[in-house]
Amino acid sequence: MNIKEIQDEIVDEFSMFDDWMQRYEYIIELGKNLPLIKEEFKTENNLIKGCQSKVWLKGDQNNDTIVFTADSDAILTKGIIAILIRTFSNQKATDILNADMDFIDEIGLKEHLSPTRANGLVSMIKNIKMYALAFDSKN
Amino acid sequence: MSFNIKDIRADFPILSQKINGKPLVYFDNGATSQKPQVVIDAISKYYQEINANIHRGVHTLSQLATDAYEASRNKIKNHINAKFAHEVIFTSGTTHGINLVANGFASLLKPGDEVLVSALEHHSNIVPWQMLCERTGATLKVIPMNENGELILSEFDKLLSEKTKIVTVNHISNALGTINPIKYMIDKAHQVGAAILIDGAQAVSHLKPNVQELDCDFYAFSGHKMFAPTGTGILYGKEAWLNKLPPYQGGGEMIKEVTFEKTTYADLPHKFEAGTPNIADGIVLGTAVDYINSIGIENIQEQEKELLEYGTQRLLEIEGLRIFGTAAAKTSVISFNIEGIHPYDIGTIIDKLGIAVRTGHHCAQPIMNFYNIPGTIRASFAFYNTKEEIDVMVEAVKKAKLMLS
Repeated sequence: MNIKEIQDEIVDEFSMFDDWMQRYEYIIELGKNLPLIKEEFKTENNLIKGCQSKVWLKGDQNNDTIVFTADSDAILTKGIIAILIRTFSNQKATDILNADMDFIDEIGLKEHLSPTRANGLVSMIKNIKMYALAFDSKN
Repeated sequence: MSFNIKDIRADFPILSQKINGKPLVYFDNGATSQKPQVVIDAISKYYQEINANIHRGVHTLSQLATDAYEASRNKIKNHINAKFAHEVIFTSGTTHGINLVANGFASLLKPGDEVLVSALEHHSNIVPWQMLCERTGATLKVIPMNENGELILSEFDKLLSEKTKIVTVNHISNALGTINPIKYMIDKAHQVGAAILIDGAQAVSHLKPNVQELDCDFYAFSGHKMFAPTGTGILYGKEAWLNKLPPYQGGGEMIKEVTFEKTTYADLPHKFEAGTPNIADGIVLGTAVDYINSIGIENIQEQEKELLEYGTQRLLEIEGLRIFGTAAAKTSVISFNIEGIHPYDIGTIIDKLGIAVRTGHHCAQPIMNFYNIPGTIRASFAFYNTKEEIDVMVEAVKKAKLMLS
């Protein structure tokens, strides 16, 4: 599936919920399936700055795609990064760079997109795109 | 005046708002307090009736604005019991006041001198002193705290020496609510000839500092935490110290005479008030002081004490909940965590339930490092809060805990 198709699928899943509580419970569920970054890579270098909770993110090249792994010490943050990884892992760098993020709004997480929000969703997206940029310019 | 919570809440229009469809429960008073209608009205009254620049014009409006601004200074002088009105410097907030003093001390310190800060400080009462030490070669020493969040006074005594030039400590810890024994610390600092600055940011909404009785050299606080507008603050300094310190910023208002060869500075307080100040809000800070005194600081303390006791007892009903900051003397701040759950997660969920608390390190990372935690959830109560609101918060925290465990 391409990025747009995955995003549509996520939007579809979230449309089943009537209220914020169910949405948040689902985010918590998604966090449990996060492809975890290996302990040895939980380094200062892979730590995303600007989050109230700690978030580690790592991208590795796999042929012409990038595979992301991550972890966080907060459950909701774990869920949010899981959503991002599901969207962007195993995708081509150029597709990651060109992807729009409207689906965040559609699944009711728009409030987390504000740059002043301390959870660092904006920083996470930026770091994912930085990996894509680095791989893109290498190839 | 008798204390009627219904009337008091009616003074604060924002409290009747709904957040995320739920009645607002505002427990983030440590970050900033809400503003009563009299304060809100006074701001627009100023712009509607007397707006003009101060200390300059001969015209009537300018005179009216100047009188109102100086009347406010006088109210604050009386409120904190300063000896002279010119010891009361208008600032943009506590941070500004602390930086003004730290900057001034750059001309007084030399390598080998020592600056003492406490382990309980907000970053704004750490960083300016670190910058000062970097500039002068002085050494920063830290007064340690114990597990309850109290400063260890025997260690403080040991740290003091003739090398100590200034001690800086908050009156009340923003992260834990500890009320520090500042009178003791002031007297001790003076015994070795050191100056002492008190960061009163968290104190002024809970108590009335009496600067002459305390005998502190500097006392800095913010207006926005005491029901006044943001961008206001006061630095109190003893006349002798303020005369000794060089000006902080150059500009209009702070001069006596300017030529390209030499400028002479204005007398206190204007020496430290360069440029057009925040006139409207400075005047309204006086209105906020009047408001506090109309409620009565004893009434405020009584209500807040009840809230602290009730909140502590109710929160401790929750299994796995730990309160950080259990000092014998503390104000209406409860900092807590639930075992195994990140404070950010709890804060996010209870915000959805209409409750405003602060989560994170509260700009006091050294305290969080001391406890080895990423942060806490901090509920800070004001006198307009109620036990019913605490019940709502406790239920919300329980719900969040259920979702997150």
